[in-house]
Amino acid sequence: MSSTIARQGRSGFSFAEYITCLNGIVWREALRFVHQRERFVSALVRPLVWLFIFAAGFRQVLGISIIPPYETYILYEVYIAPGLMAMIQLFNGMQSSLSMVYDREMGNMRTLLVSPLPRWYLLFCKLVAGTAVSLLQVYAFLLIAWFWDIAPPPIGYLTVLPALVLSGLMLGALGMLISSGIKQLENFAGVMNFVIFPMFFASSALYPLWKVQEGSPLLYYVCQLNPFTHAVELIRFALYGKVNWISLAVVGCCTAAFMIGAIYAYDPSRGLIRRGPAGGET
Amino acid sequence: MTATNAPVAGPMPPDTRPRHDPAVTPALSIGGVSHSYGTRRALVDVSFTVAPASFTALLGLNGAGKSTLFALVTRLFGIQAGRIHIFGHDIGLAPSEALRLLGVVFQSRTLDLDLTVTQNLLYHAALHGIGKREARVRSDEVLARIGLADRAGGRVRDLSGGQMRRLEIARALLHRPRLLLLDEATVGLDVKARADILNHVRQLVTEQGIGVLWATHLFDEIMPGDDLVILHQGRVLAHGPVGDIVADAGAHDINSAFMRLTGAAVDPGSPAS
Repeated sequence: MSSTIARQGRSGFSFAEYITCLNGIVWREALRFVHQRERFVSALVRPLVWLFIFAAGFRQVLGISIIPPYETYILYEVYIAPGLMAMIQLFNGMQSSLSMVYDREMGNMRTLLVSPLPRWYLLFCKLVAGTAVSLLQVYAFLLIAWFWDIAPPPIGYLTVLPALVLSGLMLGALGMLISSGIKQLENFAGVMNFVIFPMFFASSALYPLWKVQEGSPLLYYVCQLNPFTHAVELIRFALYGKVNWISLAVVGCCTAAFMIGAIYAYDPSRGLIRRGPAGGET
Repeated sequence: MTATNAPVAGPMPPDTRPRHDPAVTPALSIGGVSHSYGTRRALVDVSFTVAPASFTALLGLNGAGKSTLFALVTRLFGIQAGRIHIFGHDIGLAPSEALRLLGVVFQSRTLDLDLTVTQNLLYHAALHGIGKREARVRSDEVLARIGLADRAGGRVRDLSGGQMRRLEIARALLHRPRLLLLDEATVGLDVKARADILNHVRQLVTEQGIGVLWATHLFDEIMPGDDLVILHQGRVLAHGPVGDIVADAGAHDINSAFMRLTGAAVDPGSPAS
């Protein structure tokens, strides 16, 4: 028995074990996503409503001048498409955080947290899994948008991928950080009102920042400080094969900061320790 | 092992046995562990050991601190005071090594109801770095052992309460741990399902040499040959073989021994869990 114990109690993990764990978490997230078809449909319907109804209505009201990365006048639908892609990821990130709160309340989260692999790695895997799901949603949106004459250059579908990965990680990490502070599922409604809506509307998703500046210089600065604005701009530029370096730096730094915050919050000696056992347990 | 009763809430002395000799290393060693939720003290200087290939019952009323203790052993909570070792590995300093050797069944259900029986097992295997091929072999093995092979492809939400519990135990054993923690694993089950699960876990001790810590508040789940830890209001009142504890308490059975010990410990100023 002692030899078995020595083998099982070895320190460290092989590369294959790390990859197996990552695959398992992504696979489980994908399975959950497939089982929740309504989640996929609602994730698509939301941006499509904005695209088909809101954008059509505002097309004549909001004129768009020639601004980078665009090299000519564009339709309003074309302008808001990157913002709607980022919106899909924003909602997905918050949905993941909702799922983590649910898992914690229902106990499933414990299965993850008692794994012997390092906790930071488990959270990172969870983040990657959420981002992978968001990519499926965004590309499904792009496919439908193509039929609506929103057709970036073909290479754009490829060059936008790294930007989507990075913005997905940032928004997922933000969701994870928020989930660590939510004690009950019911509190999630506050996330909608205090995180999702302010982030989305105080950004360049629906209107260019120079227009915002004309209306309210203060709001312009708020938008500039909003990491979601930079996620939108990163995606917008990448969709046309270009790089917005400032946005790249901001999104990169915010991803790291949110991730470190989430790892800190889920450390057993910090975040979770302040809570009692799960409901009914003592 | 001799029983050590501390009817006036006296804490057990810390376990001072050598920790790294496989011949004597306890499966679980808890030394001087205390834990508070703010000003509310859930555990006070808790110390006891669980030997390999033994069945140790952790007996306590609701609110005794059993689940808090489990959360500390599984590293869901950080340790505020004291030390916890699993086969000599400090859970705070070497959590990966310790958690590899640990299987756990929590009081609340932790299965994913939307996934199938096999998918739940494969997910757990992945969290322990076990490759898919090996995981499938092990899944088939454990499902056959617990009589759920014919439900492998079915959704977990379609299982009965007893079947879910058996599945959780099977899942906890998938990575072949040497120590199994079960927190009130029979709560909400009928008499037959309770007996089946208890027998199954006792078989694991005798046939596979697994050390088991079985948290319960039910006296009839404890056998005369078991080791017993009585936890009351966050303190260990007694630790040792059931027979010794009963004899030392001057009682004729575990029920009356428990009543005597906990009655003696009732104190308005004592900690709550």
